[in-house]
Amino acid sequence: MSTALEELFATTRSERAILIGYIPAGFPTQEASYRIIQAMIDGGVDAIEIGFPYSDPVMDGPIIQAAADQALANGVGAKEVFETLRFAADLVPSVIMTYWNPIERFGVDNFAKELAAHGGSGVITPDLTIEESKEWIAATDSHQVNRIYVVAQSTQPERLQNVTSQTNGFIYAASLMGVTGLRTSVASGAHELVARIRAVSEVPIAVGLGVSNAEQAAEVAGYADGVIVGSAFIRAVQEANSLDEGVAAVRLLAESLAAGVRSQKR
Amino acid sequence: MSATQLPDLLGHFGRFGGRFVPEALIGALDELSAAHQAALVDPLFIKELSELHRTYTGRPSIITEAKRFAEHAGGARIFLKREDLNHTGSHKINNVLGQALLTKRMGKKRIIAETGAGQHGVASATAAALMGLDCVVYMGEEDTKRQALNVVRMKLLGAEVVPVTQGSRTLKDATNEAMRDWVTNVETTHYMLGTVAGPHPFPVMVRDFHKIIGEEAREQMLALTGKLPDAVLACVGGGSNAIGIFHAFIPDASVRLIGLEAGGRGVETGFHAATITGGTRGVLHGTRSYVLQDQNGQTVESHSISAGLDYPGVGPEHAYLHDIGRAEYRAITDAEAMAAFSLLCKTEGIIPAIETAHALAGAMKIGQELGSGASLLINLSGRGDKDVHTAAEYFGMPV
Ligand SMILES: Cc1ncc(COP(=O)(O)O)c(C=O)c1O
Repeated sequence: MSTALEELFATTRSERAILIGYIPAGFPTQEASYRIIQAMIDGGVDAIEIGFPYSDPVMDGPIIQAAADQALANGVGAKEVFETLRFAADLVPSVIMTYWNPIERFGVDNFAKELAAHGGSGVITPDLTIEESKEWIAATDSHQVNRIYVVAQSTQPERLQNVTSQTNGFIYAASLMGVTGLRTSVASGAHELVARIRAVSEVPIAVGLGVSNAEQAAEVAGYADGVIVGSAFIRAVQEANSLDEGVAAVRLLAESLAAGVRSQKR
Repeated sequence: MSATQLPDLLGHFGRFGGRFVPEALIGALDELSAAHQAALVDPLFIKELSELHRTYTGRPSIITEAKRFAEHAGGARIFLKREDLNHTGSHKINNVLGQALLTKRMGKKRIIAETGAGQHGVASATAAALMGLDCVVYMGEEDTKRQALNVVRMKLLGAEVVPVTQGSRTLKDATNEAMRDWVTNVETTHYMLGTVAGPHPFPVMVRDFHKIIGEEAREQMLALTGKLPDAVLACVGGGSNAIGIFHAFIPDASVRLIGLEAGGRGVETGFHAATITGGTRGVLHGTRSYVLQDQNGQTVESHSISAGLDYPGVGPEHAYLHDIGRAEYRAITDAEAMAAFSLLCKTEGIIPAIETAHALAGAMKIGQELGSGASLLINLSGRGDKDVHTAAEYFGMPV
């Protein structure tokens, strides 16, 4: 059986890349996050990545840190994360992105089970190394959800083979050595990394970290199967004077990113 | 595998330790592991480090018997391993000199460090100055205020100090920022982690650089008293000074190993930093150990009068020693620590670090429990110059 995410890639991959939008659960509030997710989808986002807000997000830059802090201040926990997942997954294929400790605390098998029960396709685990994954691999296999690992430019060839062979749904290629945030250009190493992954894996590849405008999205869509945008959406909400304004800005940004992504036909 | 042979190749101490980090750091951690393994058996490295310790750190550190203090500890004999007399005033120098030599071997020119009390930051800045490395120290904004003097010391030594304004603005958040810097600049930069926590190989590597404390002390105790001590005590923040003095004694089954954690206002109040006593199993800063966390796995803020113990995690080897019952961990409140601090000042003419005062308070209790005839070895991990302000405030003395 394949997940909704795998089906999405299967149907679009030969035509174009997909656009994946990230938002932490409960940001800026639980209700408002649903409107933002809806706006992303209305604007052309193909899949949603819901962040599990965490107290010590070492892979995240200031924009996502601030959003996560706000969500945590709102009291967001596993329950709200799964509720948000349910909302998004009813509309488009959706995944959770979470640091490892909240999964371990929730119960590894239970997390995969609840994910599946809420319609989720998979989980991105940015700080779970393949060496520590035994329990997670068993849990995701047993509940038939995707485990999405991140690989970096510094990942050595043998390790790249090993990590990608355990990954399904898509492989998350980190475009640069660094944390999430806005960048003026997509790192040149991203293209090369995608080529290296292609040489060892058939699994779709999505590129994330620092993609924030239509030009960059189009560039990445030229060689990857998916484009992940997070900080740019969050900044649009943070900079708006009201929620209505923020929702409108998110929709506009999604439209522009989607146009960028779709400009690259196979 | 026996306790002294751990960790395994992946950095596990039983079910603790390992690596929980972004993939971007794996290459650097592997490189560091290889450099550490090579250095351990390289006579040149060993000679260079021990030469530095002899001529710069001031090793071996002496042992002082605290006879007047012992009168308040049930009459047990109390021996202080004087890491406070090391250059820069604490045990932290043992680790940074080792890591600085490794940094040079790896061809890196920049080091970053996190600091709480500022002792590790000062030690890192010192090692960087000595070896001509660039140094950036991340320090929670709260701690830059509590430990203002150490901020100036670091700057005098040529380091850049970056106040961290995220989260609780203490050591945990400084560590997050240091890890973000490292993810970004890993090609050129070595992360000089200051305790036996973090992803493999940090817990084992930092332990290896500190275990000289216990190796020296074990011989010194045999020479001084003709036998091993009944118990070895140390305060536990991340756990580096404690593992440093414990390690040589792990095979000596008759020797109790006792770690004293920061009980803050009391573990039952929730305002504490006693990670093993009051925490649960979890992952923080790249390693699996005990963590102060809530039911969602969010790290809970720690509280202690001592900035150096104010950390919601602890090294994985301590978690393991606790689980197998080889070491015991107890909590000491702020008030108990400050009473012991004051007592050591007045009975022995030694102003200890407030971190260290937790171990001294533990000695008073354990001494009462064991009674006269017992002999206790305490790691006097640091001197209290940096804490004069906090102490003055605590005791209501005008400065
Ligand atoms: C004097 C002293 N002792 C102890 C500690 C706690 O660290 P650890 O538990 O790693 O020894 C510190 C930390 O700053 C310190 O400065």
